[in-house]
Amino acid sequence: MQISDKNNIELLRTMKRIRTFDETCQKLFVAGRIPGALHCYTGEEAIATGVCKVLEPSDYILSTHRGHGHLIAKGGEFKYMLAELFGKSTGYCKGMGGSMHLASVKHGILGANGIVGGGICIAAGVGFSIKYQGTDQVVVCFFGDGGISTGFFHEGLNLASIHNAPVVFVCENNLYSISMTSKRATGLDKLSTRAVSYNMPGETVDGNDILAVYESAYNAIERARAGKGPTLLEYITYRWRGHHAGEAGDGLFYREKKELESWKTKDPIRRYQALLLKEGKITEEKIEKMEMDIQQEMDDAIEFANNSPYPKAESIIELSMLKKE
Amino acid sequence: MRTITYSEAIHESIDYNMEKDETVFNLGEDIGVLGGGFRATHDLYEKYGRKRVLDTPLSEIAIVGAAIGAALGGLRPIPEIMYIDFTPGCMDMIVNQMAKIHFMFGGQIKVPMVLRTVCGAAGYNAAQHSQSMYPFFVHTPGLIVVTPSTPYDAKGLLNTSIADDNPVIFMEHKRLYTSKGEVPEEFYTIPFGKADVKREGDDLTIVATHALVHDALALAEEMEKEGTSIEVIDPRTLVPFDKETIFKSVEKTNKLIVADESILSCGMASEISAIVAEEMFDYLDKPIIRVASPNCHCPFSMPLEDAYIPGKEELKEAIAKVL
Ligand SMILES: Cc1ncc(C[n+]2csc(CCOP(=O)(O)OP(=O)(O)O)c2C)c(N)n1
Ligand SMILES: [Mg+2]
Repeated sequence: MQISDKNNIELLRTMKRIRTFDETCQKLFVAGRIPGALHCYTGEEAIATGVCKVLEPSDYILSTHRGHGHLIAKGGEFKYMLAELFGKSTGYCKGMGGSMHLASVKHGILGANGIVGGGICIAAGVGFSIKYQGTDQVVVCFFGDGGISTGFFHEGLNLASIHNAPVVFVCENNLYSISMTSKRATGLDKLSTRAVSYNMPGETVDGNDILAVYESAYNAIERARAGKGPTLLEYITYRWRGHHAGEAGDGLFYREKKELESWKTKDPIRRYQALLLKEGKITEEKIEKMEMDIQQEMDDAIEFANNSPYPKAESIIELSMLKKE
Repeated sequence: MRTITYSEAIHESIDYNMEKDETVFNLGEDIGVLGGGFRATHDLYEKYGRKRVLDTPLSEIAIVGAAIGAALGGLRPIPEIMYIDFTPGCMDMIVNQMAKIHFMFGGQIKVPMVLRTVCGAAGYNAAQHSQSMYPFFVHTPGLIVVTPSTPYDAKGLLNTSIADDNPVIFMEHKRLYTSKGEVPEEFYTIPFGKADVKREGDDLTIVATHALVHDALALAEEMEKEGTSIEVIDPRTLVPFDKETIFKSVEKTNKLIVADESILSCGMASEISAIVAEEMFDYLDKPIIRVASPNCHCPFSMPLEDAYIPGKEELKEAIAKVL
């Protein structure tokens, strides 16, 4: 598949932005600057980046508890995300949601979910609404390998399938649902085989290969846009950090250090960067400049979040129900 | 006597009952290798093996449903739902199956199971991980609902729960897991429907549950110095509910505050207030005051969650109204 030079560089930049954001957040969490639950996406960047690169600004996504990468890839800005993680009133959700509940409707980001699998049936409904109104939008629903064991998965995929809804179900299989392996939880080698039950195509792809992600997502999204119905994509990947930022030792009490180390050699960013360098599509200098710009964006976001005010206590009552103007 | 934590007390009861009774087993997410989110089942996996400390897929419906089935098949399951916030996802199993099977089938079938789960706001986990929605279960006939506030109560009530042939919802509280208290090493039980007078007093009664028991006790201690004598009562089980102990206290103090972390509207504080108002109206000198979570979702932002959680501040305001 041909990708323009500009897009090649964009893919690399987006992956690096996600890595910088989440690794910085991990540090801020440990330093006590970010409260609550924080789930880092480090190691999985190619999935959100590749999938969202195919989407138009008017397309929708539904995200998960490990959702920072999805937001960034769909156009979310560091400063409003970080302000939300700091619980500030300038955050995307006015400080009401935090890391697990980021949303930015103007970017088509219909919300991250603290309920695992909680977005799957909603995505079927968003797809239905697109068909109903006859637009050519598509909705992508991200969920983890844990999410595939919920009842939501069965009901949501079935409904999307019988309505031929323009939904792409993206299962990010990082091999673990906290301490439970996806193999033990399902008995399956490939979770995508479940697509058969819902009469839709299913494909298992290397989630650390950005080009493979992009190509498979392109096919599924264009298929949905063309009115041919939903697809189940499974991307195999691995999270480098613990289940959440507060989990001791990167989760190495239920996974092997060997396993983690071997996945680190499959770093999606280093892999892609090496390829672009080899093909002469980018130079070391350009990469350095790119990294400096991203660091600047991060530093600015920290300053913005630090300087923003906390929301007022009354806002929790005001937001509880929509008021008539 | 030795002191242990609330989490250790729960662990000790599960361990003892597993050792005593082969039919007792646990199932839930990350309860085995990980030992549970709050360490209540840690090392039981190593001791009893996968068969009796079953890590399940992320499938709340199947956890509760399979526990019901295992109970029908002759076992005594202890399913764990990681947070109470995930019980709406398996509410049919709880409300339409677990609670009703004994009744609908004319009493032929017992469902001896203890569904352990966790409530309470703590540590800024936002709207989907901070709830105390157990009034849903109180609203459902057929379920015993247990809310221990101390390590002593946790161990004694869990022992009673596991031995009981009714389905039990055992409500643990996030802010209490690391709290410590005296707990006997030997086996003991605490009967359901027996409130505990945690502190005696003459001027005012506070009925409180879970973490609010401790807020009320701390405040009573402070106010004693100012000459106000507060009685603190913990119902310990919401179903069955011991109204007699509360009525006796109200007869003496003539003033009542009810404090519970569930949402104010249709919450536990409201229910207890109604029970007392209905039968004890003549003894009350002042209106009953409810202390509860406000009628809105738990916000993420730090100062907002701090303001949202009912505690000593809200109790103080309530006391000012009745004294
Ligand atoms: C319905 C529900 N059950 C349990 C949880 C607790 N929980 C949060 S994340 C998680 C594991 C999810 O695993 P997976 O879907 O594979 O996503 P990952 O964390 O690996 O990205 C669990 C059990 C939850 N948030 N929602
Ligand atoms: Mg996973």
